[in-house]
Amino acid sequence: MINKTIPLIFERSTPGRLGYQLPNLDVPEIPVSELIPEEYLRVEEPELPEVSELEVVRHYTQLSRINYAVDVGFYPLGSCTMKYNPRVHEDLAALPGFANIHPYQPESSVQGALELMYNLGKHLATISGLEATTLQPAAGAHGELAGLMVIKAYHTHRGDGQRTEIIIPDSAHGTNPASCAMVGYNVVEVPSNERGAVDVEVLKGLVGPKTAGLMLTNPNTLGLFDENIADIAEIVHDAGGLLYYDGANANAILGIVRPGDMGFDVVHYNLHKTFSTPHGGGGPGAGPIVVSEELAQFLPGPVVHKDAGCYCFSMPEHSVGRICSFYGNFLVYLKAYAYILSHGSDGLRAVSETAVLHANYMMRSLQEYYHLPYDRICMHEFVLSGKWQREYGVRTLDIAKRLLDYGYHAPTVYFPLNVEEAIMIEPTETEPKSTMDEFIEVMRKIAKEAKDNPELLTSAPQNTPLKRLDEATAARKPILRWSK
Amino acid sequence: MSEKILFTKEHEWVVAKGNIVRIGISDYAQNELGDVVFVDLPAVGDRVEEGEGFAALESVKAVSDVYAPVSGEIIAVNEELEDSPELVNESPLDKGWIVEIEIDGGAQLGDLMNEEEYKAFLKEA
Amino acid sequence: MRYLPLTSEEKQEMLKTLGIESVQELFEDIPGDMRLKEDLDLPKGLSEAELVRHFHELAEKNANLTSNVSFLGAGSYDHLIPSIIKHIVGRGEFLTAYTPYQAEISQGVLQSIFEYQTLIAEITGMEAANASMYDGASALAEACLMACAATRREVVVLPRNLHPEWEQVVRTYLENQNVSITYLAFDPKTGIIDLPSLENIDWDEVACAVVQQPNFFGLMENIKPVKKLVQEHGGLLVMAVDPISLGLLKSPGELGADIVVGDGQSLGNSMGFGGPSLGFFATRGNKLIRRMPGRVVGETVDEDGRRGFVLTLQTREQHIRREKATSNICSNQALNATISAIYLSVLGKKGFSDVAHQSLQKAHYLKQRLLQIPGLSSPFSAPSFKEFVIKGAVNWEEINLRLLDQGFLGGLSLARYGLYDLVLFSVTEARTKEEMDNFVNVLGGLVG
Repeated sequence: MINKTIPLIFERSTPGRLGYQLPNLDVPEIPVSELIPEEYLRVEEPELPEVSELEVVRHYTQLSRINYAVDVGFYPLGSCTMKYNPRVHEDLAALPGFANIHPYQPESSVQGALELMYNLGKHLATISGLEATTLQPAAGAHGELAGLMVIKAYHTHRGDGQRTEIIIPDSAHGTNPASCAMVGYNVVEVPSNERGAVDVEVLKGLVGPKTAGLMLTNPNTLGLFDENIADIAEIVHDAGGLLYYDGANANAILGIVRPGDMGFDVVHYNLHKTFSTPHGGGGPGAGPIVVSEELAQFLPGPVVHKDAGCYCFSMPEHSVGRICSFYGNFLVYLKAYAYILSHGSDGLRAVSETAVLHANYMMRSLQEYYHLPYDRICMHEFVLSGKWQREYGVRTLDIAKRLLDYGYHAPTVYFPLNVEEAIMIEPTETEPKSTMDEFIEVMRKIAKEAKDNPELLTSAPQNTPLKRLDEATAARKPILRWSK
Repeated sequence: MSEKILFTKEHEWVVAKGNIVRIGISDYAQNELGDVVFVDLPAVGDRVEEGEGFAALESVKAVSDVYAPVSGEIIAVNEELEDSPELVNESPLDKGWIVEIEIDGGAQLGDLMNEEEYKAFLKEA
Repeated sequence: MRYLPLTSEEKQEMLKTLGIESVQELFEDIPGDMRLKEDLDLPKGLSEAELVRHFHELAEKNANLTSNVSFLGAGSYDHLIPSIIKHIVGRGEFLTAYTPYQAEISQGVLQSIFEYQTLIAEITGMEAANASMYDGASALAEACLMACAATRREVVVLPRNLHPEWEQVVRTYLENQNVSITYLAFDPKTGIIDLPSLENIDWDEVACAVVQQPNFFGLMENIKPVKKLVQEHGGLLVMAVDPISLGLLKSPGELGADIVVGDGQSLGNSMGFGGPSLGFFATRGNKLIRRMPGRVVGETVDEDGRRGFVLTLQTREQHIRREKATSNICSNQALNATISAIYLSVLGKKGFSDVAHQSLQKAHYLKQRLLQIPGLSSPFSAPSFKEFVIKGAVNWEEINLRLLDQGFLGGLSLARYGLYDLVLFSVTEARTKEEMDNFVNVLGGLVG
């Protein structure tokens, strides 16, 4: 990586320079004032940069060189499933028959796109052991929103509208409670037991006539499979609630166990995690949801169905409505479809088996060096704690920053919230053993450094394009844009 | 202010002058919170109930509510905090005060600790 | 499986380290009766070559806009896309990065988002923009929710000439939070908001009024009366805009909007059957900025005093505020935001204004030509930008199927929204005079 700051594109601007040329206007030109009244016209010109095409290319190429990515190196960011993104998928998404079609074309002229959507929905239903899919949600959180709306619509439809509470484990990701709030549900937190799973006894006391449902990630955010899932499902269902499966950690269970068989009624998948669509620096993702037969009528639409050999759009009978402008992130979920077709049933199972094997291998290789709060088989990821290192005045953040010096992305840190100084590592199935072994060596070395020379950690990173950034000043006096 | 300073279990401090109380957070609390980057202040004239969160202190990666030790009406807010939230860190007991509440007639300050009791409370915790 | 590098030797070594015989032992926490006994019912895995062939077959079943000439718009537009965009965002460093949590090694994404925020703020004339939302419709829904939170009110005013599907999205979001919607009629003669209908609203209850500019029919709204009423009574003005129009039209900032949203597809993103696109979201004033949903990048310095960028104002967000967050959004459309930033950068001042200007000129050319066809008329009198509505007593859906046989994707029939006889055409700078002349000839033959 290069070690210097790069000027902003605005600072490269030279008045009068052009970067792109339109064809000459080939229709008779009419004075603008005859088409649009003066008072509607812009007076202040936006301060856009004036740069050549080469300058733009260089600008972004330089920026790319100070950015870490899966293509650059190991990215053990727990809960984010940073696996390899097959390059052929980019070719497929760029085919004019996909990239260059309009959402309002006649259905007969987009049968290939609709067939793809239909099949993808069917495959996701197969993988989840549930019935019906909507591809509308643009991301995992959007899927949560959709799923919770479906749950709410189900209760309301049954005249059971007094159910206002969703139960969420204390280890849950922050989106779960935030999504509940967006559909007007109150959150009730259920604590984890000493094995890191939902405390079933406490749960029994929490459910009741107000329970709309329970949201669960399984394996949970500690990377542990909740063995009591059958009991949990029974408790919630008996109380009249539904079970929501947060698919953030689905990479552990493909072809091994299906959320539907665990008792879940609604599932969202993060296609940008489990099904390998690239993250793009924060998005676009895709967060389709799959639901049971009973809930299909409430799905956000439109959805695709097959009618006499033709594919067409329809709105489910009691749909909660639309949640995005068109049909979701088509060019994203198209890549997930490619991923499923490439793998097939065997391949998907091999993905999860390998991911789980890798995580356990790394966990066991590191547990003598870092505190392992839950010493049991993990699934596709595991959580360590930096509390041993804290004795030397080193925080988990310092360990993370030191990893950057060694050329790795850091694991997820300080999450889940119920583990002190949490370090969450997810190697994924696509990393070669040699890479994991190197990373293990570095983690061991850092554990030793923490003891012998903590300064190396607390002052890290030193080998990165920039050193630690002042986040307090950024938040106190926010500068959110360049100004002339 | 020369009046006696009292503390809550949620680490607010309270100084009462007649039926008006000034409220801030303790030195211990500001230290736990870290760099305060924003103070979400209530509006003058807002009503607050005892035990209700009426303002929020934000650090880079945490938010902490400030709870009302008594019911009443907000009669003043420390507007300087809008531009200089760091005053909560630099001068928690003085320049970093947050609001003044006029206590409802009949309302009482809850069970508060004096400075020594608060110190003992911190030691226990 | 070609993406799994594990050799059987390595697998044995790992199993040995774990002291187990088989990978199956790692799944013992999953109750046995739940575990799948058989394979998932999926097609057999495909090689790369087979996969590519299958996708080509599917793609060929779609009539694309590379081989057909399109006049469809209504939220997704066939604007020219500079070639460099795909080359830049195809770089793995942008494509395969996660959200920039580790700022020291994510300056590329952070800086490009900071530049994107600046570009959006510039074109909208607002103080600050966030790092993107899912799309225009969801951005509008979030803007309404933000206005409700900021004003502590629960009524949102929507115009009837808002994109009907955006209206549906807003409704879905608002219904779930018990926010009620009041509708503003449009004048059937002009096609823009009916000013007398503004009088029927109790503005003291209103959190925000939404105006789409240009509106769904492509017409220019008179913003001032709405702005005056809503803001005088303590509500907010939310504008939903076509970003391309901002190369020509007064910016929402100049017009006094409080929140501005829109869909960024036309800023360099392919149509892609409707997604992924991005929603942009801009506002002004410290109080509103701190209520914005979504991620925001801010400028700061590192320990050596060098300029750098970080995710900031994070306490608004779900991972800290949980159920009290301003929104639940986390993944956004970062790569599409980068695309839009590249687009605006390479077009620059002149290019951006040229695209708007040419779209306007070409749209008016086609409109005039179409109005020469007997039986077609212009139902609305307000000035239009790059889209316009034509009236003709024919079945436009059938006409469109026949146009497609001749290589044209005609305008959007508004019969789907109960507006019979109306069709919405869109023209961008990408259309040529020749294409439009041919289209008019073919359509004339079908309508006549």
